[in-house]
Amino acid sequence: MAKKKFVVASFDEEANLFPAVEKTRKAGYKIHDVYTPFPMHGLDQVMGLRETSLHTAGFIYGILGTCTALGCMSWIFVSDWPQIYDGKPHFALPAFIPITFELTVLFAAVGMVYTFCWLCQLAPFVKKHIFHPRQTDDIFVLAVECTPQTDVAELERFFDDKGTVGVEIQEAEAGWWWGRFDKEQQIINENAVEVL
Amino acid sequence: MSLFKYESELREPLVKGSKSYHQITEDLVAPIEVKPGKLWYIGFFIALCLLLFGVISVYTEVVYGIGQWNLNKTVGWGWDITNFVWWVGIGHAGTLISAILLLFRQGWRTGVNRAAEAMTIFAVMCAGQFPIFHMGRVWDGFFVMPYPNTRGPLWPNFDSPLLWDVFAISTYFTVSVLFWYTGLLPDFATVRDRAKTKLRKLLYGIASFGWTGSTKHWQRHEALSLVLAGLATPLVLSVHTIVSFDFATSVIPGWHTTIFPPYFVAGAVFSGFAMVNSLLLIVRKMMNLQQYITIGHIEAMNKVIVLTGSIVGVAYLSELFIAWYSGNRYEAYAFFYSRADLFSPLGWSYWGMIAFNVLSPQIFWFRKMRRNLFVTFFMSIIVNIGMWFERFVIIVTSIYRDYVPSAWTVYYHPTIWEMGFYIGTFGLFFTCFFLFSKYFPVIAIAEIKSIAKTSGDNHKWAVAPVEAKEPEVFAHEYAH
Repeated sequence: MAKKKFVVASFDEEANLFPAVEKTRKAGYKIHDVYTPFPMHGLDQVMGLRETSLHTAGFIYGILGTCTALGCMSWIFVSDWPQIYDGKPHFALPAFIPITFELTVLFAAVGMVYTFCWLCQLAPFVKKHIFHPRQTDDIFVLAVECTPQTDVAELERFFDDKGTVGVEIQEAEAGWWWGRFDKEQQIINENAVEVL
Repeated sequence: MSLFKYESELREPLVKGSKSYHQITEDLVAPIEVKPGKLWYIGFFIALCLLLFGVISVYTEVVYGIGQWNLNKTVGWGWDITNFVWWVGIGHAGTLISAILLLFRQGWRTGVNRAAEAMTIFAVMCAGQFPIFHMGRVWDGFFVMPYPNTRGPLWPNFDSPLLWDVFAISTYFTVSVLFWYTGLLPDFATVRDRAKTKLRKLLYGIASFGWTGSTKHWQRHEALSLVLAGLATPLVLSVHTIVSFDFATSVIPGWHTTIFPPYFVAGAVFSGFAMVNSLLLIVRKMMNLQQYITIGHIEAMNKVIVLTGSIVGVAYLSELFIAWYSGNRYEAYAFFYSRADLFSPLGWSYWGMIAFNVLSPQIFWFRKMRRNLFVTFFMSIIVNIGMWFERFVIIVTSIYRDYVPSAWTVYYHPTIWEMGFYIGTFGLFFTCFFLFSKYFPVIAIAEIKSIAKTSGDNHKWAVAPVEAKEPEVFAHEYAH
């Protein structure tokens, strides 16, 4: 990833955030991301994000768990080591239901959490740029990426009447890197994009 | 205004004291950032001592075998399995609160879910100890895992409810931990971003997995929570169902009962909520969280207690009725002689169970009692004792008078080591809980913020003029 230039607008009222995000998007600026201290329902639609397909992933993992459980138990009890327990048939489907159910849930849950962490790049020692120290507290942060075409001064003026509590320009790493939060680290692979 | 979901002012506020978002952060992170009080150290020290006693007791058992517990051929399951079922039952409230109440959109869960989930995890950890050490040769415990081995391969018996238990409890534990931890990520990030010391920044930085609060991440987080809740809901019902199968699929009179799954699940929720009440009453006092865990929260949980307590009561009566109506002499003997006869050797445990589980919770039909903290705390302890009696009644009174009188073990009592093991799990539980209450955000910060504008009392005042509007105007303004 590379270091990029951002215009960062912070808000303390969600009532101001929503219209600001909408107008920024309509004005054609490239929204890098919006950071909120708690989930804001409807903000994803305003930003034009598509619905997540994490559910589908969960369903697939669940089916995988069902098949694993049924397949393994059937193979073990019917073919690998057939024994008669309690006078039940080798393929005792009703007795297999509890474990099948548990493994379905287990696979779906574990798989989804891993996928979630993978998609959001979440892991111990993962570090990302924090645009505002209170973005996990009470400040809503709208980070707009400056492309070579962006007129930064105009963009700053654009936020004048949007009810912000602060607008600043930051140069920061856009992606994630391995690091610790007690140390100042930045990954720079390229020079910051020159803005004319 | 239409940004927020409308909630009537008639509903009791869930967050008191007109909090701003920043104040919520300040209040809920404060216990992590200040040194704990004297009470915390005393409590933690006592918990560690109990844990140590437990370790010694377990050591004795491992070295000398489970004969150390006074178990014998007749009473093969005694205190150990009683304690196992008791702890697993307690471990049901957390996931019920976080999963089922999430699906039912119950706002009050946000104040209590984090602590209840933690309690669940610790209770399941305690529960797991009992069957593991009951194996006797605990070093062979990994035999329960189905993996290709050089013993045949000798596979575990997938038709056995005891193996179902292994899968149910380990799955339940894993899913509860995942659910809990994904919920903790944003709150760890909050602690991290306001940390003053380097160590705290480092540790909470690692624990937060680099969470930033990005909208896309929140969207996935919400989707994940909802699906995990959907998965955890049948899971929480399945766990105690499967525990009840340990008994119900056997042919022992008193155990061989089809009513067991719903009866066990209701009992589990009953005892779990009682334990949540005991802990939260202490936590809200110790950490000054009265404005987040309100009397309204406590009352809501007391309502669940009276409901599930009554379900359990109906189950007891049905058992007695069926024992009589079936005309089965063995069934009738188990119920009318070994249990319900007050003057039989263990009859006290049955009547203790009835008094503590069925009769005493009826006090919660009165609103004044539901909202009385002293009564709530007292009752939460009573219910947990009662639920321990229930498991003892089910397990021991069904087996201590065997089919052959010469095999009777009428005065079964545990040894100090078996009691020590039980006390030790209290040590484990409270050690974990004290550490949790010091180093983790005890209340889900982000979730409280997300309901603050609809259920905070400052919002309730703002809503009052809206409530006064004409219905047509109201409907027009709030139509989505």
